[in-house]
Amino acid sequence: MLSRTADHLFWMARYMERAENTARMLDVNYQTSLLPQSADMAEQGWRGLLSISELSSLFGQRGQPVDARHVMDFMVRDEGNLSSIWSCLRAARENARAVRGTLTTEVWETQNQTWLEFNRLLKDGAFERDPGAFFEWVKFRSHLSRGVTVGTMLMDEALHFIRIGTFLERADNTARLLDVKFHALTGGEYFGPGGNGKESHEVDFYHWSSILRSVSGFEVYRKVYRNVIQPEKVAELLILRPDMPRSLAASMNEVVANLQLVANQHSAETLRRAGRLQSDLRYGRIDEILMTGLHAYLSQFLDRVSDLGVGIGRDFLVPLAA
Amino acid sequence: MQHPFDEMHDAARGVRPHYAAYARWLAEQPPDAMRARREEAEVIFRRVGITFAVYGAKDEDGAGTERLIPFDLIPRVIPGDEWDRLERGLVQRVTALNRFIGDVYHDREILKAGLVPSEAVLRNSQYRPEMQGVPVPGGVYSHIAGIDIVRAGHADGSGTYYVLEDNLRVPSGVSYMLENRKMMMRLFPDLFVRNRVAPVAHYPDLLLETLRAVAPAGVNEPAVVVLTPGMYNSAYFEHAFLAQQMGIELVEGQDLFVRDGFVYMRTTQGPKRVDVIYRRVDDDFLDPSAFRPDSTLGCAGLLDVYRNGNITLCNAIGTGIADDKSIYPYVPRMIEFYLGEKPILENVPTWLCREADDLRYVLDHLSELVVKEVHGAGGYGMLVGPAATRAEIEAFRAALLANPANYIAQPTLSLSTCPTYVEQGVAPRHIDLRPFVLSGREVQMVPGGLTRVALKEGSLVVNSSQGGGTKDTWVLES
Repeated sequence: MLSRTADHLFWMARYMERAENTARMLDVNYQTSLLPQSADMAEQGWRGLLSISELSSLFGQRGQPVDARHVMDFMVRDEGNLSSIWSCLRAARENARAVRGTLTTEVWETQNQTWLEFNRLLKDGAFERDPGAFFEWVKFRSHLSRGVTVGTMLMDEALHFIRIGTFLERADNTARLLDVKFHALTGGEYFGPGGNGKESHEVDFYHWSSILRSVSGFEVYRKVYRNVIQPEKVAELLILRPDMPRSLAASMNEVVANLQLVANQHSAETLRRAGRLQSDLRYGRIDEILMTGLHAYLSQFLDRVSDLGVGIGRDFLVPLAA
Repeated sequence: MQHPFDEMHDAARGVRPHYAAYARWLAEQPPDAMRARREEAEVIFRRVGITFAVYGAKDEDGAGTERLIPFDLIPRVIPGDEWDRLERGLVQRVTALNRFIGDVYHDREILKAGLVPSEAVLRNSQYRPEMQGVPVPGGVYSHIAGIDIVRAGHADGSGTYYVLEDNLRVPSGVSYMLENRKMMMRLFPDLFVRNRVAPVAHYPDLLLETLRAVAPAGVNEPAVVVLTPGMYNSAYFEHAFLAQQMGIELVEGQDLFVRDGFVYMRTTQGPKRVDVIYRRVDDDFLDPSAFRPDSTLGCAGLLDVYRNGNITLCNAIGTGIADDKSIYPYVPRMIEFYLGEKPILENVPTWLCREADDLRYVLDHLSELVVKEVHGAGGYGMLVGPAATRAEIEAFRAALLANPANYIAQPTLSLSTCPTYVEQGVAPRHIDLRPFVLSGREVQMVPGGLTRVALKEGSLVVNSSQGGGTKDTWVLES
């Protein structure tokens, strides 16, 4: 397969996944903001979201108050924000269009339709009317896109690169989501040396459950642990459980499996690093992770994921020389 | 000499026999149903992304630069016997044109025989000296030719097909021919039960067969690719569509490189050799080391590989010498010279403004003639005398006098019309026809072509860049 084609497929999948996760992150913040809480706390939630998306300074340039309406607008439809859902869906669709011949008709039409429909919904005011339903729609278009991909594409390199894109992005996004919520909740380091939760049980419950809901993990949690919501277990579920589809472990398992399928003569080192990251998750323990500090752990994880992205680009997508 | 000719109705408003079944069907359709079908077609075209790009424009959603080409629901129908003659004429014409291109880059017999003036060929900006003495597989230069045909009416009510121009470089539009048929079959399956419409869907197969047949000597399983300028090119949809239909790679210039005398593409598994390039990039942009140095659309070193016979380009470099409007008047002579046959298809009578007598005539009759730039395309740089204002004519006269060799003139043909959906209902609009002729081991084509329609009342300009639309084209099996 052409390296450029693989590159477009990889990014098509990444952008679609990012759009979904942005919608998830916004949704959880939006739902949380409906709970009785101080304006300070709400603002902190939105600040945390901007900071973890590395968008604080760009948003700052807009000179707007940090509140639900403005941050959501910025993250949903701002054309100058390359991480807004608008930008992600456009990039996903443009990447798909560049390789539409490699995609099945269904995959292409799904991407194209999502983009056209998204703009129509925005124009019709669907987002303002009901942000929750709007985010739900974005999530479902992403589900649809993945389902159509797996359900119609030949199981060859093209599919493998799409899957790598999806799961590398998901690993990154889940880590960010965890980081921002644990951070926001505690105003600092929740776990780790000297840290422990001081909030009331009630606030805790709603925040942990909102994190779980944002990754469709609330029912999963109950099923797996049959217990009350406990922060360590939430972290364990989202980091280490290989059977939780949005966890770091599950995402890395997919990345490694698909990387092995496309291996070439340059990719051994990237594969080694991916495998090592996967092993760390497979044999890791949540108490060890919390001992080093969750924020530190997640920051390091994000660096390693970003390093993998660079390696994949170098080995497969844009080889420098022939 | 303006005698309107309608494809569906004769002069007495009677329905022509080959349209009878369709006209009966149309009369049964409630207008609402047809309107709903038109909307359905538009939604589908947009979802499928059958669009063309317009440079520097935004579409109605503000979503960029993609436009739909208006699709008209009423097909253009050609009787089987008329098509048979057209097909024979097209095979003959394209065969002769390919012989001509080979000749002017090798022995120049036709120039020596004095049938085409040497300076019209050798001083032509479309003549590529780089191609002199370069052999090409099978002697084929224009593997994919789009021949524009119009029908004009006569006083006795009959109509004659004329070749308006030959497109031998990178003709486009075939994807619309295929998608229009798919759309018609989807919207109106019952019509295809009532009419024996010759199928066109095997075009990508014929195209792949053609491309494989002209692979460099000794290559048994050629790697064939489509080369596109990229997704912002106006015909990108077509490039992607054809690559997908043929199951071959769609490459851009940046995907290709030359090493040790061969062309390779960059793949995830390392370099892979390429043998045949169906290129949808103009000559000038193919190789920055040989042609335009600022081109990022091509591949440096390609020309050398090509001249050494290690890659086949479809179409060949330098085919523009045969579709230049100043060469067009000589095509009938080519047919007689190379094939020893009488031309089956007629040329439109043409005045060459670089010849003094012709120029004088043209200047005296500007208000009656169509004057075109010899290298122009897309309906730009032309004067349609009868439709022009005094000021436009005078401006054009000045341009013509400044550089007469740059222009040709033709009588204003009254292009035939076909009933078409417009705002006010169904009305006649002018149409043309572009069949796509494939030359590989043999010369072949699918029955029909792309029918373009000028949607503006009275307009003769059918180009999509200027508000033209398209129709499905039916050749009825006899």
